[in-house]
Amino acid sequence: METLTFADALANLSMMAPEIWQACKETALMLVIGLAAAFCFGGPLGFLLYLTQPGQIFAHRIVNGVLGWLVNLVRSFPFIILMVSLVPLTRILVGSTIGPVAAAVPLSFAAIPYFARLVEQTLREVPRGVVEAAEAMGASPLQIITKVLLVEARSGLISGVTILTISFLSYSAVAGVVGGGGIGDLAIRYGYYRFQTEVMIAMVLLLVLIVQIIQFVGNRLAARLDKR
Amino acid sequence: MIHLQNVRKRYRRPDGGWFEAVASTSLSIGAGEIFGLIGYSGAGKSTLMRLINLLERPDEGSVIVDTQDLTGLSARELRRARQNIGMVFQQFNLLANRTVAGNVAFPLEIAGWSKGDIEKRVAECLEVVGLTDRAGHYPAQLSGGQKQRVGIARALAPNPKVILADEATSALDPKTTQSILDCLQDINRRFGVTVVVVTHEMNVVRSICQRAAVLDAGRVVEVLDIVDGRIEAESELARSLLEAA
Ligand SMILES: Nc1ncnc2c1ncn2[C@@H]1O[C@H](COP(=O)(O)OP(=O)(O)OP(=O)(O)O)[C@@H](O)[C@H]1O
Ligand SMILES: [Mg+2]
Repeated sequence: METLTFADALANLSMMAPEIWQACKETALMLVIGLAAAFCFGGPLGFLLYLTQPGQIFAHRIVNGVLGWLVNLVRSFPFIILMVSLVPLTRILVGSTIGPVAAAVPLSFAAIPYFARLVEQTLREVPRGVVEAAEAMGASPLQIITKVLLVEARSGLISGVTILTISFLSYSAVAGVVGGGGIGDLAIRYGYYRFQTEVMIAMVLLLVLIVQIIQFVGNRLAARLDKR
Repeated sequence: MIHLQNVRKRYRRPDGGWFEAVASTSLSIGAGEIFGLIGYSGAGKSTLMRLINLLERPDEGSVIVDTQDLTGLSARELRRARQNIGMVFQQFNLLANRTVAGNVAFPLEIAGWSKGDIEKRVAECLEVVGLTDRAGHYPAQLSGGQKQRVGIARALAPNPKVILADEATSALDPKTTQSILDCLQDINRRFGVTVVVVTHEMNVVRSICQRAAVLDAGRVVEVLDIVDGRIEAESELARSLLEAA
């Protein structure tokens, strides 16, 4: 193996620009689908987990117990195993098991309970007394959710979304390697199997940059929304 | 205005038995009255007060507020009835992410008022509690006394017939306590709102109440009349509370 100069490495990378761009789009697609599923299903599930706890407005031991158990069940699967076990479902839903859309299926499955727990945790930080004050004023359950819980927990929820996004950027790399594509897949294919270390390094740097940006934006937004 | 008839509230103890927080109790509070519930910690004051707006549902008995028996209402009807009963809390329980004006507007939004009406009413209520210049502040930027004023303005906003205040001054220093009590009294006199205050301090009772029920172990031991700040106490318990003051 001959040694590369820095200039050679840059030239290689710039030749690969279209592929890198393609990988970015694939990663973005996986993330967008996974996060959308997390919002649409994990968010309400998180609210349900919280609201059915003892002492809350929809307190219900059995519902709470069953939901909690289901969430734990999915969360206890190592992601790679979840992916493999969801292959048949993915084939039914997407018609194929490769490509970013297919990879988004197990990603969504993992993201939903993960986000549900984050939401539940965040809602627990809203003081019970504030919810009770709203009840005493005659607020309906829907008003309590939209005008009290969502508003009082909003900065925590933003932080939760930030954590979710960063975790799933990393999960998406795993999903990518088993046929999903994306940044992680590119890094492995070139950097590991073809010994083009510069590609690996560049992809890792790219991920570092993306994570830093997400965290920065998340922190700023959360701080801005927090009047406590 | 408020009639509690043979209300009773028990809680399950961890050992499976029952704990009687409020023993079968009857109490009538007149319209326009400032009525105190006094007793030592654990006497059942808060529980009794929370029965009035059905934050706690009695196991037995009826709760009549403004001629309406709340125990017989549907969930929706009860929410409407609660808009007629303001509540003020020891820990204020304000929405931290809403401004002072936003907090006072909250019960009006709940009740479905129009934007214009809300704006007008919020301004009026802030005027009553003397916080007009703080309308745009957030609760975190206020002192305890100011927070409680917001709590009172919020309770007052929907023109309630009754305001319930649970240890509303217990988190405040003596001087601020007096100003909050004056504020409640002012509201009672100007708008004829019936006020029920829970407290463990006889000074609070002496300062604003016309009558007060002395509670012990979930029972009303004695109902005191307060005339010109003088209290004739018969029970041992009421005397000990008087001495502590
Ligand atoms: N949700 C509940 N579950 C079980 N026990 C309760 C509950 N709420 C109140 N109790 C019990 O009922 C009794 C009366 O409580 P309550 O809060 O009414 O007392 P209080 O007179 O307001 O006391 P404090 O001055 O400390 O606020 C207490 O012994 C309390 O432990
Ligand atoms: Mg109490």
